[in-house]
Amino acid sequence: MKLLTHNMMQSHVKGISRRFPLLIKPETVRVVEQEFNPDFVRRMLGRIEYEALQQAMTWLGHEGKLPKDCPSEDENNEDILKAIHHALLEVEMVEGKLVCPESGREFPVKNGIPNMLLNEDEV
Amino acid sequence: MRPEHTAPPEVFYNTDEAKKYSRNTRIMEIQATMSERAIEMLCLPEDQPSFILDIGCGSGLSGECLSEQGHHWVGMDISEAMLDVAVSERETDGDVQLADMGQGIHYRAGVFDGAISISAVQWLCNADKKGHSPPKRLYQFFKTLYSSLRHGARAVLQLYPETPDQMELIMYQATRAGFSGGVVVDYPNSAKAKKYYLCLFAGIQQGQAQVPAGLTDEMDTATNTDRMRTKDFRSAGGVKNATRKQKVIARKERHLRKGKTTKHSENTKYTGRQRRPKF
Repeated sequence: MKLLTHNMMQSHVKGISRRFPLLIKPETVRVVEQEFNPDFVRRMLGRIEYEALQQAMTWLGHEGKLPKDCPSEDENNEDILKAIHHALLEVEMVEGKLVCPESGREFPVKNGIPNMLLNEDEV
Repeated sequence: MRPEHTAPPEVFYNTDEAKKYSRNTRIMEIQATMSERAIEMLCLPEDQPSFILDIGCGSGLSGECLSEQGHHWVGMDISEAMLDVAVSERETDGDVQLADMGQGIHYRAGVFDGAISISAVQWLCNADKKGHSPPKRLYQFFKTLYSSLRHGARAVLQLYPETPDQMELIMYQATRAGFSGGVVVDYPNSAKAKKYYLCLFAGIQQGQAQVPAGLTDEMDTATNTDRMRTKDFRSAGGVKNATRKQKVIARKERHLRKGKTTKHSENTKYTGRQRRPKF
């Protein structure tokens, strides 16, 4: 699971108010190189929650490369864009858990696929 | 028999069924055509990579079409076996997740530039568990889908409705959740190629906001035997008033279809003509 996906996800358990961000408890993490597309990264800058992305990188043990503040959407510095591209698309959690920030419900991640199925009483 | 009647989707799409989606070229071809048509109807801005949600992504066939056009996507599906094919065999670019669309789309508000779904939404019309209520699940699905889309984005959902009532229920719940738009029917005159798409708009559209016109294919009724069954032919008197030539051609085609041989398989200007009288 890529961090771009994690950044867009929220918990959908019934009756809670704080749904984002899902906490990450990683077991296996890998880095897979992806094609760099500055347009896409710029487009996503307005959509991502930057603090949550920084937090997620710390959880996965890859902190340090990201700039401190979220760059604006017309950022042209390639190094900064590449650092964000790396965080969003290249660092992946293969095995581990996602945890709902309020209810503490755990969603297991196997082979890179999070299991987001709820029980009938949680819908 | 429709697959929806046999078992719930997570049971029906087992390892054997999932294999078909990576081996069977006919299934793959149909899925790819429908995906391309759905992406076309999304009306995404050109030359700009978008972020798309694929609902019922299965083995990632539709996602592959999105990747080919340079878009990023995430998919969700309820069948573990299908997702395993997506990750292990197809190695899709997009992330996939095991989730039930009837429990809602678990994404933040306004993150997607569009959503597609190929042959999935009709499953929501079935109550597979004790607590399931199709209208409630449909509403939950459309409500959360609406909020996850950006303002002015589209959702194109290809589906196989079982009855007109089912289509009405789905459209009603979509409208209730705030969507506008309507149904697009491609190839309405063909039994096999006929496909239903729900083309839904989230919020006010930029520029053209019309539901796209369905595709038609004039060649559908072009064969001679089909023409003999059409309304025009029957109103002209049917087989009784058919010319000698039409009857001969129809009979020849009937024979060839059955695998019998005919003396002259090709039709020429002499087909069905009488010979000149002999003295």
